[in-house]
Amino acid sequence: MSVHFSHSKDFGSPRRALIGGAREGLGIPAFILFISYIGFGALIKEANLPMWFGLFSTFSAWALPGQIALVELSTVGASILIIFLAAFLTNARLLPMVAVLMPMIRHESTPPWKYYGASFLIAVTPWVFCMKRCPELPKNQRLSFFMGFAVLVWSGSLVGTAIGYLVPDLVPEPVTLGLVFINPIYFLILFAGNLVNRAWILALGIGAVMGPALHLLTPEWGLLVTGLIAGTVAYFIDQLIRVRYG
Amino acid sequence: MDNGWDIQWAFIVLIVGAIATYLPRCAGVFISGRIQANSPIFNWFGCVAYALLAGMVARMIVLPAGPLNDVSLELRVISAIGAVTVFYLSRRNVLLSVFSGIGLLMLGAWIE
Repeated sequence: MSVHFSHSKDFGSPRRALIGGAREGLGIPAFILFISYIGFGALIKEANLPMWFGLFSTFSAWALPGQIALVELSTVGASILIIFLAAFLTNARLLPMVAVLMPMIRHESTPPWKYYGASFLIAVTPWVFCMKRCPELPKNQRLSFFMGFAVLVWSGSLVGTAIGYLVPDLVPEPVTLGLVFINPIYFLILFAGNLVNRAWILALGIGAVMGPALHLLTPEWGLLVTGLIAGTVAYFIDQLIRVRYG
Repeated sequence: MDNGWDIQWAFIVLIVGAIATYLPRCAGVFISGRIQANSPIFNWFGCVAYALLAGMVARMIVLPAGPLNDVSLELRVISAIGAVTVFYLSRRNVLLSVFSGIGLLMLGAWIE
């Protein structure tokens, strides 16, 4: 497929790849996550929950949509089963993300438990970056690059959570609008910069159309059904194009 | 959140949330052990992941929760298209394109 293995960005060693990953995370990615989590910190405050609740959540379950669902449901007094199911369904998207990223960063000499550890930090931003950057790196540097990047961006999220909680009304009303919009726009731009594999481009397009439609139909299952149907349709259209046109 | 029971409850909620978040990640690693990079099943998982994420982002723009509902659908979509346009015109400048999109939205909201 069109995933390139050119090793164009060799850091020289896994250790340097770790630092290189952190350096790449330090700019815009950490900033965007920091801003997004200021919103989460403010949500914790508004919900009258203690700050450690927000910090613990960002620390132990780093994936914003699930965290928001958790806070919202726990403040309206939902049962623990409902909270579990909502968080699980919201985060189920992480399964195919992990399943497709791991074969890319796998290396024979790395013990498997390290991948179970690393998966703890797979969220959209580090995922998109590593999907793009890892194929360019020598195999023994990929996990290090991921860890450097993810830990840095994760830290930015923790700081954002604290600041959003401690500094209420940090942002004036009109700017809030922009901050809420930053997340989808940033992801959109990340995807726009990641268009190399025809099947995956098709999946992005079909998913974007199906996502909102199925969400209206079934808010709980819409996203997962979108992933399965749009993903499978894209896969077969790509196969068809390959058979027809090579 | 003052009494002991509430703190207990908060802990239970957090632990349950952490388990519900880690489960799909853990299952993903488990499954990935049988997947070779660039195999058909690898490509299919990539398709599902990208379709999911595209669906999520599209929903955040088209059917948002919270303050974004206060501006029109047209404005949100135009701002998103504007951001992507700036991205390609600016030789993939991420910061410039993200802030163009947000700027467009805020400008539009002010006019609306």
